[in-house]
Amino acid sequence: MTGRNKWISLGVLALLIALLPLFFPSGYYYRVGALIFVNALSVVGLVILIGYAGQISLGHAGFAGIGAYACALAPEHLGLHPALAVLLGAVISGVMAALIGKPILRLKGYYLAVATLGFGILVSMVLTNERALTGGPDGMNVADLGLRSLLRDMGWRLSGGEFWYMICGVVLLVGAWLALNLFDSPSGRAMRALHGSEVAAATVGVDVPRQKLRAFVISAVYASVAGSLLALQNGYITPDVAGFMHSVEMVTMAVLGGVGSVLGATFGAAILTLLPQVLTVFAEYEQLVLGLVMVLVMIFLPQGLLPSIARRLKGRDE
Amino acid sequence: MSLLNVQGLGISFGGLKAVNDVSFKVSPGEIVSVIGPNGAGKTTLFNMISGVYQPGRGSVSLNGTEVTGVAPNRLAEMGLSRTFQNLQIFQEMTVLDNVLAGYHLSERGSVWADLLALPGMKRRAAEARAGARKLLERVRLEKAAEQVAGNLSYGALKRLEIARALALSPKILLLDEPAAGCNAVETEEIDHLIAELAASGIAILLVEHDMKLVMRISNHIVVLDHGEKIAEGDPATVSRDPAVIAAYLGTEEEEPAHADG
Ligand SMILES: Nc1ncnc2c1ncn2[C@@H]1O[C@H](COP(=O)(O)OP(=O)(O)O)[C@@H](O)[C@H]1O
Ligand SMILES: [Mg+2]
Repeated sequence: MTGRNKWISLGVLALLIALLPLFFPSGYYYRVGALIFVNALSVVGLVILIGYAGQISLGHAGFAGIGAYACALAPEHLGLHPALAVLLGAVISGVMAALIGKPILRLKGYYLAVATLGFGILVSMVLTNERALTGGPDGMNVADLGLRSLLRDMGWRLSGGEFWYMICGVVLLVGAWLALNLFDSPSGRAMRALHGSEVAAATVGVDVPRQKLRAFVISAVYASVAGSLLALQNGYITPDVAGFMHSVEMVTMAVLGGVGSVLGATFGAAILTLLPQVLTVFAEYEQLVLGLVMVLVMIFLPQGLLPSIARRLKGRDE
Repeated sequence: MSLLNVQGLGISFGGLKAVNDVSFKVSPGEIVSVIGPNGAGKTTLFNMISGVYQPGRGSVSLNGTEVTGVAPNRLAEMGLSRTFQNLQIFQEMTVLDNVLAGYHLSERGSVWADLLALPGMKRRAAEARAGARKLLERVRLEKAAEQVAGNLSYGALKRLEIARALALSPKILLLDEPAAGCNAVETEEIDHLIAELAASGIAILLVEHDMKLVMRISNHIVVLDHGEKIAEGDPATVSRDPAVIAAYLGTEEEEPAHADG
């Protein structure tokens, strides 16, 4: 990806975010849009982990859970402003990712998948069982960010939906910008190189475990911020945010969109976020549908939806 | 003083002694070739020297520093670079990005600079990019710079690996069958390139099946058979050595085309 491609991707994304509301039949769709952006943000993180560095995680919802509950707990117990709680959650997630990633990423194969799976389950168990602190499976309230009332005082009246659509859209753009910067940077090249051949990457001087850890920590921070945004906009959070199904959902979105592509990630997030809105039966068969989507994409569109379509259009599909 | 000093190096896989008690030295500007029939242990020897395999016995020193079993990325920092017999290309990356990866040590900085695209990172990357384009010209791949590497022919990928290895500005370069799969013209080019690199002071350790090329450009030849060093010396001495001739004749059914020295 060249510098020009980066600005094209960002431009397309910015235009979509800005223009989509023109087609919204009702204010409700701002909520859906904001949810898409939040999901897309964690998926962009996974693009860095899976698409750039070629590593897998089945426990990223654990980091979303940390981000979400940081926003629920820190304002109440530490008196922290919710915006700072987002930061605190991101730092905790980053440190946790570094701690669990360091020993595991030295190993090859499926250890990472298994270990991250275990980590995700652990986080969701803690959130479910620590009733006194988290309210258990019923969840807990999350304090208001306070920014919307500030804007209202300044004369800018936004509905809750519009406000969160805007915030999540902007954060997604920033997240996409960072990820695209990384792609065409020394670290991003090192990650992509070790994805292609660990031994060759090492012989050109890449510290392979260190670069894997970098990708893992960065992607954990993305998931954490996404979890925080989810908690803040809903004003309420349950341990489901850290659940295994949420992890699988993230990976499926990434695979569907094309793990190598930031735009594709948004696309995958959009489809799998909209699906349950359109098809109410989806909710009942969520696990089945996610599994099916995953298998079908792997078989028919191994590059992911968007890159495969782009390839067809360019007519250089092999 | 020798740049690379290999002493009594050995490794076993299961019961098989893939390499046993091999010693030799390489000096700056010198071309040392390792030859021997298929399965003799040449690639395994390279893998031990470059830190990909942990040697079971013996020692490797680089510029007077003992580096036995040191990780490949640390050896790269110390000026050792290599190519692979079985291509290790970053298939999904562009040709230019493959060479840029070779500039990792000179272009790397803080991860913040990378995420935020800070000017320092952009400057380092631009310098690397200029160098990479020059190297691509040197191996005549400049036209393919923006192509995905996986789409290139085998011979082109062999040259791409050389360009990537040169991006490290190595003191010593290990080339594992660089001319394999190349036609006569390409082989000739690789021949010239290797001679040029040696003339510029880089120490070259070469594994190559093309005996004409080996005999023409090597200063010194080490012959392996069944993991053991059976002979060494200058090209003329080695090609007359009865043990060498026997080793090659003994495997003629595997490597008939390469037995003629
Ligand atoms: N990782 C490995 N595990 C087991 N055996 C190996 C391994 N690497 C090399 N060998 C064996 O070591 C011997 C030498 O192989 P190699 O170094 O590739 O020979 P050459 O490069 O001279 O053709 C062969 O018998 C090969 O099968
Ligand atoms: Mg070999």
